[in-house]
Amino acid sequence: MLQDKDRVFLNLYGQQDWGLEGARKRGVWDNTKDLIALGREKLLELVKESELRGRGGAGFPAGMKWSFMPKENDGRPHYLVVNADESEPGSCKDREIMRNDPHMLLEGCVVAGFAMGANKAYIYIRGEYWEPLQRLEAAIAEARDAGLLGDNACGSDWAFDIEVSRGAGAYICGEETALLESLEGKKGQPRLKPPFPAAVGLYGCPSTVNNVETIAVVPTILRRGTEWWTNLGRPKNTGTKIFSISGNVNKPCNVEEELGIPLKELIEKHAGGVTGGWDNLQAVVPGGSSVPCIPKPTCDSVLMDFDSLREAKSGLGTAAVIVMDKSVDIVRAIGRFSHFYMHESCGQCTPCREGTGWMYRVMQRMAKGQATVDEIDSLLDVTYQVEGHTICALGDAAAWPIQGLIRHFRPEIERRINEYTSNSAVAAE
Amino acid sequence: MKVTTYQVPETDFQFTPENLERAKGYIARYPEGRQASAVIWLLYLAQEQNGGWLSVPAIEYVAGFLNMAPIRVHEVVSFYTMFYTEPRGKHHIQVCRTTTCWVRGSDDIVKSCMQAAGISKLGETSEDGLFTVSEVECLGACCNAPMFQLNEGDYFEDLTPERAAEIVEELRAGKTPKPGSQTGRLSSEPEGGPTTLTEIQADSRGDA
Repeated sequence: MLQDKDRVFLNLYGQQDWGLEGARKRGVWDNTKDLIALGREKLLELVKESELRGRGGAGFPAGMKWSFMPKENDGRPHYLVVNADESEPGSCKDREIMRNDPHMLLEGCVVAGFAMGANKAYIYIRGEYWEPLQRLEAAIAEARDAGLLGDNACGSDWAFDIEVSRGAGAYICGEETALLESLEGKKGQPRLKPPFPAAVGLYGCPSTVNNVETIAVVPTILRRGTEWWTNLGRPKNTGTKIFSISGNVNKPCNVEEELGIPLKELIEKHAGGVTGGWDNLQAVVPGGSSVPCIPKPTCDSVLMDFDSLREAKSGLGTAAVIVMDKSVDIVRAIGRFSHFYMHESCGQCTPCREGTGWMYRVMQRMAKGQATVDEIDSLLDVTYQVEGHTICALGDAAAWPIQGLIRHFRPEIERRINEYTSNSAVAAE
Repeated sequence: MKVTTYQVPETDFQFTPENLERAKGYIARYPEGRQASAVIWLLYLAQEQNGGWLSVPAIEYVAGFLNMAPIRVHEVVSFYTMFYTEPRGKHHIQVCRTTTCWVRGSDDIVKSCMQAAGISKLGETSEDGLFTVSEVECLGACCNAPMFQLNEGDYFEDLTPERAAEIVEELRAGKTPKPGSQTGRLSSEPEGGPTTLTEIQADSRGDA
């Protein structure tokens, strides 16, 4: 188990002061100037060396993403954009970072922004996060007053400032190009890639979009050394991660742990175990609603990191662990996700706009058993027609939970169909 | 061929002096010429000033204010779920309904809120105009499920049906119920106290 001395987020639960003074006591803003003095090249090299992977879902190496930014400014400003539109069902970690330790994010912005040649960062926060918004704005004001932001940020001669921008309730704005559209004052519909944001991003300028947690851990990694970070976790899955454990556990919680911790240990040590005991477990959605569920036998031994979960035909996603015990109607539970994706589809691509509604309606019938057995395969077929045929990954995200359900729980769906059919046959007699 | 003539509606909406200043502050967050970026901020201001919803004159006022084509602002209003084009109750209770809250009993929270507010159908407003109850998608407080959000502000978390009804009654009585966890959790630590950060707490108290 990860020891407290190796934890990055020391005020995850808000037991201490979230303001500047409290943050400084925890080591935030400690000689940020020295980190900047390392220079752009060195910073990129160190972040690459740390093998830090993006914490927003896709797990793309952060150092590589940063290195896509042009090395020389061609006259267009560079932007760092922080994705604080945390909306993935099951995920509630960025909220805790922003309301309990906002200065960690701000310091990360200064360092990351400098490393990509940006003088400005925008933090795009979901509209519903009222309390974290207030804290962020207050923290920015504190940092400006203290000279940590401004023309000479942290005394480094580098001009850097941060602004917060508020969303208004659209899951799709967590997709990086939709986020940029929304930030420009439009409806949040994803852009075609390429061009990638590093070439043409916010206002047509080179931009990099990173998740809150990714940015917030950077200063700590740099201060404590990449070797410390890579010794945590597993190869290619380095460091610590905040896990959001929710659903049928005795004590739902956010907790920072090492990547690669066994799922069972995570749930039993921190979340008080599955309600009714481990044997009462039915399935776990290990990375937020967009990844396929895994059944209990897989949960017994799976490790919680990007590559292990991929091998288990699921994904780490945002590390939002949704636990479902045997009392849960698994078909309805996944059907709820289908409703979510239908509601959140931006409507731009036909397979997603039409497909999400179609899949939801079929899932509704499947939950009642009001279907035929061969419809299971046509549902599966439709998920494959949506997957990979849309501009952004929302189509994939809508398809995967259903694919996971059919992969692991086909007998349950068939049982319902047979039960419903025989009941209605009896009724007809 | 269909010919439509666009007519600017008579505008009977404008920002109060206070909101005017706030609006200018929001626009200043973005580069010059990119004032459209502030559209969401300004729509929130207009919605708040207009009593919780956006009328056509309010939307078009914002468009004029930002020098945007009105259709672009209408698009934004219709795209994002936190903008309302019809009046709603003074207290808008938005119960999270997505899977995580659902497995922890959000259906019962919805029923309880509707009953306490005197509403028979989701999305409706009570006759006294005090309450609207609706279901929304994941609000990102999954470790404190089930929960609801009040208007565009506070979260009420770790709810039971009884507590949810009490909150509705407190609002009806003009009180301000305490937001956050209703079972006394600080934030999203495990119930009964954290399993981590125990050493660090002791250390930092030592520092202070």
